[in-house]
Amino acid sequence: MIRVFIADDETPARERLRELLQDIETDVPNAVAGEARNGLEALERLPASGAQVLLLDIRMPGMDGLELARHLTGLENAPAVVFVTAHDKHAIEAFDLNALDYLLKPVRAERLAAALKKAAAAGAPSAETLARAAGAPREYLSVAERHRIVLVPVKDILFLRAEQKYVTVRTREREYLIEESLVALEREFSGPFVRIHRNCLVARAAIRGFERTGGGDEEAHWQVVLDGFAERLPVSRRQWPAVRELVADK
Amino acid sequence: MPSIRQNAYPDVLPDFRNLAVIARVLLAVNALALAGALYASPNVMAALERFVYVAAFLEPLLLIELIALFALAGVLARLPYWGGCAAVLTAVVLLAGLYHGVVGTVAAAPELLSLMRTLVLTLLVAAFLLVYFRLHTKAFSPALAEARLQALQARIRPHFLFNSLNAVLALIRRDPKRAERSLEDLADLFRTLMADARQFVRLAEEISLLERYAEIEQLRLGDRLRISWELDAAPSDALLPPMVLQPLLENAVYHGVEPGTGAGDVLVRIERRGERVLATIENPYLEKGNQRAGNRMALDNIRERLALFFDAEARLETRIGNGRYRVDIEIPYRK
Repeated sequence: MIRVFIADDETPARERLRELLQDIETDVPNAVAGEARNGLEALERLPASGAQVLLLDIRMPGMDGLELARHLTGLENAPAVVFVTAHDKHAIEAFDLNALDYLLKPVRAERLAAALKKAAAAGAPSAETLARAAGAPREYLSVAERHRIVLVPVKDILFLRAEQKYVTVRTREREYLIEESLVALEREFSGPFVRIHRNCLVARAAIRGFERTGGGDEEAHWQVVLDGFAERLPVSRRQWPAVRELVADK
Repeated sequence: MPSIRQNAYPDVLPDFRNLAVIARVLLAVNALALAGALYASPNVMAALERFVYVAAFLEPLLLIELIALFALAGVLARLPYWGGCAAVLTAVVLLAGLYHGVVGTVAAAPELLSLMRTLVLTLLVAAFLLVYFRLHTKAFSPALAEARLQALQARIRPHFLFNSLNAVLALIRRDPKRAERSLEDLADLFRTLMADARQFVRLAEEISLLERYAEIEQLRLGDRLRISWELDAAPSDALLPPMVLQPLLENAVYHGVEPGTGAGDVLVRIERRGERVLATIENPYLEKGNQRAGNRMALDNIRERLALFFDAEARLETRIGNGRYRVDIEIPYRK
């Protein structure tokens, strides 16, 4: 039996999927594990629901389907995902290119059955595949903490620092550890972040200024002063000209 | 039933990058110069001699003018018609003056026309050519206007279509009567979309369309969509182009309600004020909705159609304030 979770902001759309799931019960035994009206609700309810397959509408308020799917990959038992869309040329192209499964609304019972069987066998999509399919940068980074996903709004992030295999995410309140590559993060968030060092990206909006240290015997180098945060971050010599340029119009 | 004005195509400057336009200018100016030479000479031979002499002065100037207009074409195209005409005439006359000055100093030709005559002749010829091009465009304009209207025909958003069908399908088993009504509403919506865009429709019909569209959206969104209708003062016999208000309501829902997690209040107000009809459609302004960019095409489309029907008498304005996005339309009251 396949446990299915339904995420769609429109009530009639969720109801229809429930009806269809009942229709295909003999062909594909299933049970509805839970429902959500938007990405944030789905993140709250899905981990405890024990869902194996997620039927996910890509256009939802709060957080769209693709971003939600990316955050879910952090879960221990991440569900397989079948995207559902009424009409979205870009998304459909991205899905086709990345071999991600999707259904077109209005959904047909036979197609739903086939998609469920395929999804249950294939398992959860990889974070890299979803990242490639994504049209826009995420609004949150996520950290998997035991049985839930914690969201860190990108606009609250002061800096990202690579430490060995992990990346430290620092907001004013606390620190998180995520397992993503700094290079990939730099590419995704090239707008709001600037690289100050081989292992550090800083949020432009959080930079208050720069300080020069050293002098005398030691060669002087620059440091970033952050808004409302004590720690100074060193700027590598190589990055300094570029950083100074980019932040010049502050 | 009154329909679009026949010479309704908006005035545009000739495209100075177009080969046909350039060729016409070359031909016309030379023809005028030849005519002038013929008029001022005792016989054809003398006229040709005179023409060749004038051409020596004229052709380089003509070339310079055309090159200048070619270079400025982009800038000129962005100006309103009469502003553009003034700009063209100014540029042409200035260049002619400069050219005259340079040639006078360099060539020292005794029979050169006085500066004033050069400037006046240039001005007259340029003005004449602008008039010629304007008439030329007008001659083609009814066909152009109709073709344009076909192209501007409002299109239904696939997002709306498929989501509505989906919503109706969801109703079929549990409330078949409501599903029936919704399908009938959809049919009416499509019928209007495919109707002849060149004919005016009565405001009563457009309002009925809005209400049916709203019913379908209500199906999908439930209590996330709250519409207030202020239609008591609406003149039901007023005439307007079809599909002017419905796309605005559709955008209000798509950008102002759907991306929101809570409920959204949409206002539709239509009233008559003297000889004008005013319509307002207002929705919550959501950052995520990206309404300014998303609406631009629809608004340009509506503006152009309003211009085709009412010329300068129609007005469309958007305003953002107090967390609300608002579109105001004003048209003359015609019945």
